[in-house]
Amino acid sequence: MIKIIVGRLLQLIPVLWIILTLTFFMSKEVPGGPFSAERQATPEVIARLNAYYGLDKPLWEQYLGYLGKLARFDLGPSYTYQSESVNEVIARSFPISLQIGTLAFCIAAVFGITAGVIAAANKNRLWDYLPMSFSMLGICLPTFVLGPILALLFGLVLRLAPVSGWHGLNYVPFHPMIMPAVTLGLFYAAYIARLTRGGMLDILSQDFIRTARAKGVPDHQIILKHALRGGLLPVVAFLGPAFAGLLSGSFVVEKVFNVPGIGQEFIKSVFNRDYPLVLGTVAFFGILIVVFNLASDILQALMDPKSRK
Amino acid sequence: MPLLEVENLRTYFYTRAGVIRAVNDVSFSVGEGETLGIVGESGSGKSVSCYSILGLIPKPPGKIVSGHAIFDGVDLLNCPEKQLRRIRGKRISMIFQDPMTSLNPYMRISDQIVEPLLVHEKVSRSEAFAKAIAGLREVGIQDAASRINLYPHQFSGGMRQRIMIAMALISRPQILIADEPTTALDVTVQAQILELINQRQKDLGTAVIFITHDLGVVASFCKNVNVMYAGRIVESASTDEIFGHPMHPYNAALQQSIPALHKKGELLFTIPGLPPDLAMDLPGCPFAPRCPHATDICKDQSPSLTEIVPSHRTACTRFQRGEISNLRINETAPAL
Repeated sequence: MIKIIVGRLLQLIPVLWIILTLTFFMSKEVPGGPFSAERQATPEVIARLNAYYGLDKPLWEQYLGYLGKLARFDLGPSYTYQSESVNEVIARSFPISLQIGTLAFCIAAVFGITAGVIAAANKNRLWDYLPMSFSMLGICLPTFVLGPILALLFGLVLRLAPVSGWHGLNYVPFHPMIMPAVTLGLFYAAYIARLTRGGMLDILSQDFIRTARAKGVPDHQIILKHALRGGLLPVVAFLGPAFAGLLSGSFVVEKVFNVPGIGQEFIKSVFNRDYPLVLGTVAFFGILIVVFNLASDILQALMDPKSRK
Repeated sequence: MPLLEVENLRTYFYTRAGVIRAVNDVSFSVGEGETLGIVGESGSGKSVSCYSILGLIPKPPGKIVSGHAIFDGVDLLNCPEKQLRRIRGKRISMIFQDPMTSLNPYMRISDQIVEPLLVHEKVSRSEAFAKAIAGLREVGIQDAASRINLYPHQFSGGMRQRIMIAMALISRPQILIADEPTTALDVTVQAQILELINQRQKDLGTAVIFITHDLGVVASFCKNVNVMYAGRIVESASTDEIFGHPMHPYNAALQQSIPALHKKGELLFTIPGLPPDLAMDLPGCPFAPRCPHATDICKDQSPSLTEIVPSHRTACTRFQRGEISNLRINETAPAL
């Protein structure tokens, strides 16, 4: 087990290298540069800036220089935030996305799994159609529609939550994290609900469920003791990538609720041609995805006795 | 007073293809400690009739349309689910065809074996575990105390069926329904499992309902036999009578199909045609289209199971009228 985990973590290095190389050259291919969008700077100024950041050097030299710094865990300076390095930008914005993402993940997992189990237990009855219609809605409703609706309802009409902004952790009565987290988590909750229902129905049609019924096991125990573990395997496979996705923030949600998270920084960095910040956030997201996929796989292996040694 | 008395059981499946009359007016009874065989080909309704008794058919699409199953004064077909659940796994247990899929792959076998005890009786976990270990020893699993903590995939097919048997018998049921318990096993293991069921039956005095399509198993094992065809019992008698004096052409044809009765090199006997589509309304005898003895009356008149000699009943109209008596079909297998 430990060997496999270490092996998978070592895979991170080539994976990251490929991602970063592709991103590096692709971002340089895009027309424009970090300083072209700013207020009409004179050509001399731009030349000085380019020279200062090493952008006048040949591409391969910039590339090697970047890899060299990366090896020392230095992601370089940000071009847009003159006073901050990329490391600092991530350290500032990620905790916010981490909090919202974790809450969104909990909402998605708890509501999704509960709804899916209830739906599967009541197959083709009201309590199947009801949560499944909801989940279809959740899958279809884009965040840029749901977000403003929530902001309108809870922020302006009911006045329970701030319409937007990041007010720290002590805002009452509604925590400012809740609305962005709900907006972010609803799609995942809906998707997890459908996955759970599918997995549970698959297990509930197995022979060993009939055996359990023949033993006189009550229905709720059949669901919880006999079916849940196997039925959640496909869900667990999805939870890892989903968590990584939620943690990397969402540009739309952060924009709608004006939350200074990492998702916004990522998109802005692309528009601003802030090459180091683009590369830094891409690398960071890459690490998140690999690590949480691994976590998913480990959890799956622990849940399935056949794959356990 | 029989232990279990099934009367006029009808189980239909309402599917898109129409109403499948899987079990159509079946009546039988089992006495205490007795062994009843139910034979018939796939789809003849033998499993469905037993699943119906225990409320194990999926509803929908299945539905028990009529009938009673009286067990100790309780009608299993018309009692509250809760009451039925208290009987299932405690007083009537069941083992299934495929031990590979009938045990939960995500649970330790210990937790699965003790489950009937924990569900039905007020026992502590440790007591239940001790009983489970003893039960495993009784079905011939060595090293039971340590192997009880393994998962099903760590056992072979035969071992798993032994575990199933131990699990089904742990609460000392009065009836064990064995649904083709040896079909999925190797021939050598089959004999061991049969012997084991036989032994445990003798030890515990359990009545066994043995569902099988293997006439050999029936011959060596059962006291009474029901032969089923197209959802009905076509002949019912003691094992000796069934083999000695077949009173239904289907039973006779089945026996003629046993490979052991053929000379080497001879083509095996087969019954021409296919079983009827149960979604169709069948007037007359369901076996008539395949029966060499059939006449017009068989196609028109729906036969009923009638006693010819004491405790030997047949659903063959012509036999009941005394028109035929020798049922051997003197026809060799069709040339290929």
